[in-house]
Amino acid sequence: MSRNGPIALLYHALFVIFMIAPIVVVVWVAFTPEGFLSFPTTHWSLRWFYAIARYPEFIAAFWQSLGLGALSSAIAVAISVPAALAIARHRFVGREAFQALFMSPLMIPNVVLGIAFLRFFTQIGLGGTFIGLVLAHIVIVLPFALRLTLASAVGLDRALEHAAVSLGASEATVLKRITLPLVLPGLVSGWALAFINSFDEVTMTVFIAGPNTATLPVRMFLYIQDNIDPLVTSVSACVIAVTVLALVALDRAYGLERLLVGRGRDGR
Amino acid sequence: MKATPYLLSLPALILFAAIVIVPLGMTVALSFHDWGQYKGIEPVFILKNWREVFTDSYYGEMFWRTFRIALAVTVLTALFGAPEAYILNRMKSPWRGFFLLVILGPLLISVVARTLGWALLFGGQGGLVNKALMGAGLIDAPLPFMFTETGMIVALTHVMMPYMVLAVWAALQRLDPQIENAAVALGAGPVTVLRRIVLPQALPGILSGGIIVFTLAASAFATPAIIGGRRLKVASTLAYDEFLNTLNWPLGAVVAVLLLVALVAIVFGANRLIERRYAQVFG
Repeated sequence: MSRNGPIALLYHALFVIFMIAPIVVVVWVAFTPEGFLSFPTTHWSLRWFYAIARYPEFIAAFWQSLGLGALSSAIAVAISVPAALAIARHRFVGREAFQALFMSPLMIPNVVLGIAFLRFFTQIGLGGTFIGLVLAHIVIVLPFALRLTLASAVGLDRALEHAAVSLGASEATVLKRITLPLVLPGLVSGWALAFINSFDEVTMTVFIAGPNTATLPVRMFLYIQDNIDPLVTSVSACVIAVTVLALVALDRAYGLERLLVGRGRDGR
Repeated sequence: MKATPYLLSLPALILFAAIVIVPLGMTVALSFHDWGQYKGIEPVFILKNWREVFTDSYYGEMFWRTFRIALAVTVLTALFGAPEAYILNRMKSPWRGFFLLVILGPLLISVVARTLGWALLFGGQGGLVNKALMGAGLIDAPLPFMFTETGMIVALTHVMMPYMVLAVWAALQRLDPQIENAAVALGAGPVTVLRRIVLPQALPGILSGGIIVFTLAASAFATPAIIGGRRLKVASTLAYDEFLNTLNWPLGAVVAVLLLVALVAIVFGANRLIERRYAQVFG
């Protein structure tokens, strides 16, 4: 394969600048010592990071997002494991339809889901509640959890289970000692991908979050709608830092390429 | 034994029947209900909202703007993302993984934070984008980006770019480098190799990436809401206004149902077209 020429590399450099510019700018402005939006040139300051502490609604929203993401992703993984085993190992009537249904939240615009959930939860008395948020987030992160659990269930070597059975293991033992440990990496990365998607979700959540259940992205969005000041950049900088850390950890543990594209070429 | 797969799928089935199908059905029903400033929502069956959306040119214009922006974003991501995916594919091991992380990483960073970055680059007292463009001699006077379609298109192109790079990258993975080498050995120049070997094989990736980008751009919410402000509306921000400000839920439901139907129709139509086209080529 031929190498990239100088023009290709220049193009690549400009492309990378385009991709990271808005993210760098947010973090850069967050360090301003001024009381208004400005790019820090000679003086850097953490004053806007300390200022977050004076806004308990951002802190509360952060914990809200964390709890919501962890809980809904865990439930989504728990639901998708049996579904993935059914789809991976059985040929049955409705198999394709089931899979399409479970993947459908990727096809339905989140704004439409938000509206549908708002109407539904208001009607059944769950409007603005944490339970409503959890149910809605399980639905929108389930495709991500299912995709990765399905990938590991398909790759499972059934000979290992047959060997365990022939050695006298009961069905429960096989599940506990053979099947689950083998699909565990897929479960963990499925949970992580689901968590990130839940943590960042704003379009659907903005419809159904109540004043006491607003997540961090929703708080940020509503804040930006009113005014853009250095405070929201420092909050965003923290969110970016958390995501980048999770991303690097996920890349080391599983391989981002494999996570996003499917099976990577290096077969890590 | 026959019941096992159904039992295993049961939890997911119950969840999706209760929390996806029922709410979507209720939203369709909602779009036919009546609404008044003082009486609220009345559960009757009327076509008032649908007639309003189809006859008032405001809605037609708004849907046209939504799809115009989505189309522009799709074309721009394909135009700039596909070459980048090809360049990435030709990189050597440590660099390739690193830049893939840099380019795909933003996908997982909150869209609110990314759009905030564009708002800072476009406006405020800095206006870095305009400074850069004027510094490069491309424009004479600052261009308005905030609260304009141009700004929405630029920010959405950035938000959607990773999906296009990802799709083209996945298609290029299947490309055998030996075919390129064979073409070169048979005397093809670099342009011919790109046009006759690489592009045809990248095309399925560009098309499937285009479908993803179009649907996500047409239904994007946070970016158009922040960049477009309160005036410049697209379908999703208009639906949000009807639901949370005007409180005319039935009218908002019409907009949501129309958006969903239009996108599903476009995705199925595009998939059919692509399949037929490739059936002709390969079949």
